[in-house]
Amino acid sequence: MSATPTIGVLALQGDTEEHLAVLRGLGVDAVPVLRPGDLDDVHGIVLPGGESTTMSKLAVRYELMEPLRKHVREGMPAYGTCAGMILLADRIVDGAAGQETVGGIDMTVRRNAFGRQTESFEGPVAVDGVDGPPFDAVFIRAPWVEETGPDVRVLGQVAHGDRAGRIVAVRQGGLLATSFHPELTGDPRIHRLFVDMVKGQA
Amino acid sequence: MTNTAENSTASTVGTTRVKRGMAEQLKNGVIMDVVTPEQAKIAEDAGAVAVMALERVPADIRKDGGVARMSDPDMIDGIVEAVSIPVMAKVRIGHFVEAQVLESLGVDFIDESEVLTPADEAYHIDKWAFTVPFVCGATNIGEALRRIAEGAAMIRSKGEAGTGNVVEATRHMRSIRSEIKRLGTLDEPELYGAAKEMRAPFDVVKEVARLGKLPVPLFSAGGVATPADAALMRQLGAESVFVGSGIFKSGDPAKRADAIVQATLHYNDPEVIAKVSRGLGEAMVGINLDELPDGQRYAGRGW
Repeated sequence: MSATPTIGVLALQGDTEEHLAVLRGLGVDAVPVLRPGDLDDVHGIVLPGGESTTMSKLAVRYELMEPLRKHVREGMPAYGTCAGMILLADRIVDGAAGQETVGGIDMTVRRNAFGRQTESFEGPVAVDGVDGPPFDAVFIRAPWVEETGPDVRVLGQVAHGDRAGRIVAVRQGGLLATSFHPELTGDPRIHRLFVDMVKGQA
Repeated sequence: MTNTAENSTASTVGTTRVKRGMAEQLKNGVIMDVVTPEQAKIAEDAGAVAVMALERVPADIRKDGGVARMSDPDMIDGIVEAVSIPVMAKVRIGHFVEAQVLESLGVDFIDESEVLTPADEAYHIDKWAFTVPFVCGATNIGEALRRIAEGAAMIRSKGEAGTGNVVEATRHMRSIRSEIKRLGTLDEPELYGAAKEMRAPFDVVKEVARLGKLPVPLFSAGGVATPADAALMRQLGAESVFVGSGIFKSGDPAKRADAIVQATLHYNDPEVIAKVSRGLGEAMVGINLDELPDGQRYAGRGW
């Protein structure tokens, strides 16, 4: 793996630009991924926040779903935020009828688990393996992880309130997922962890 | 900007970041006007990122005349039930009680819209007072920045809704875009002057000058009727589009909805736009704006 990896950000819908900006701030060559061929040129892929059903439909329509599955299966590191977490889940609850995922993380994710937008919130989440204070985590119509398989490491849980203990950050091998959106707060620590994973250093 | 979560360790709803963040999640996606649960399903299946629930599309509001108000809560509930994507709904400019009602119904975004008959001739809603995020229309940068100062989490061009004519949306997008560019060239004393001229708070003006863009997503709305219209708005700088009457007033709504989603995404690829523009059936008829009496122009509503 070269010193400066190229990391793609799925650009079908959602906050692609924010992810590209954080990654570029870390000195990474970050590029939008819109066509199946774009995946051949990247060392890792970020699946951004957005509307998971829309993203999933567009991924199928633009023939990105199968290539994404293939690359993830063959070991391409991937990081999903919010809708991206749903895309990386092997199983989803409360998805739209026939909603497909890329899969890869042995977990069940509940879509919109924290409720509608009026219940969306921000609050502190400590992430295992990331130094410093807890993240100021922004949750937007966010999912949570309902159940994990034996190979999945739970990295973060909601700290306060009636949702305390809900799992919101996980890792399985080269795959990382958070229910919240570090790309919206300008805190680059989770992206840095992902870049290190892509470099094979974490 | 106010941010109630700062220095707090507990979970907080309705912060600036949570509201603007919601708007960021909608980027690159098409928001479609729907009047029934069936239309909402068609929009969702076509890949809409959200639906705007209303009783009549703007074209019918024009035709019917009279006072246009917030939709019946039963109608909004029906659409919220029918789809799992976010649901938006419209309130009259300044009608904060309609907004309180929509928030209590659990809609995900409120459009304080000139398409409905304004309820206040002097003031828009204080949008900071709400947990739910708001989108507001603007015809120029001053209007956009005043709405942001009042707490709007997204700005859209006003266009001239319900006409199927994109000319006003083009004017608004060009105006907002060129004013943003101009702000970037000004020094501090000139920015004070610009703030005065734009009747907008200095800190918001300065933020736009620094960022080179609005601090909230900028979408386009009003008169988008074809895939090429949607792509035009994107190329003029809109981060995505609202489509009102254009879809369900056309010959084949499902196909047109799908085509507009594709053109919005591949807005820089004429081959894709050409492909999806084929065989769409009739577009909505449309209205030439020089035939529209001043009293029927919606873009002039709001201040």
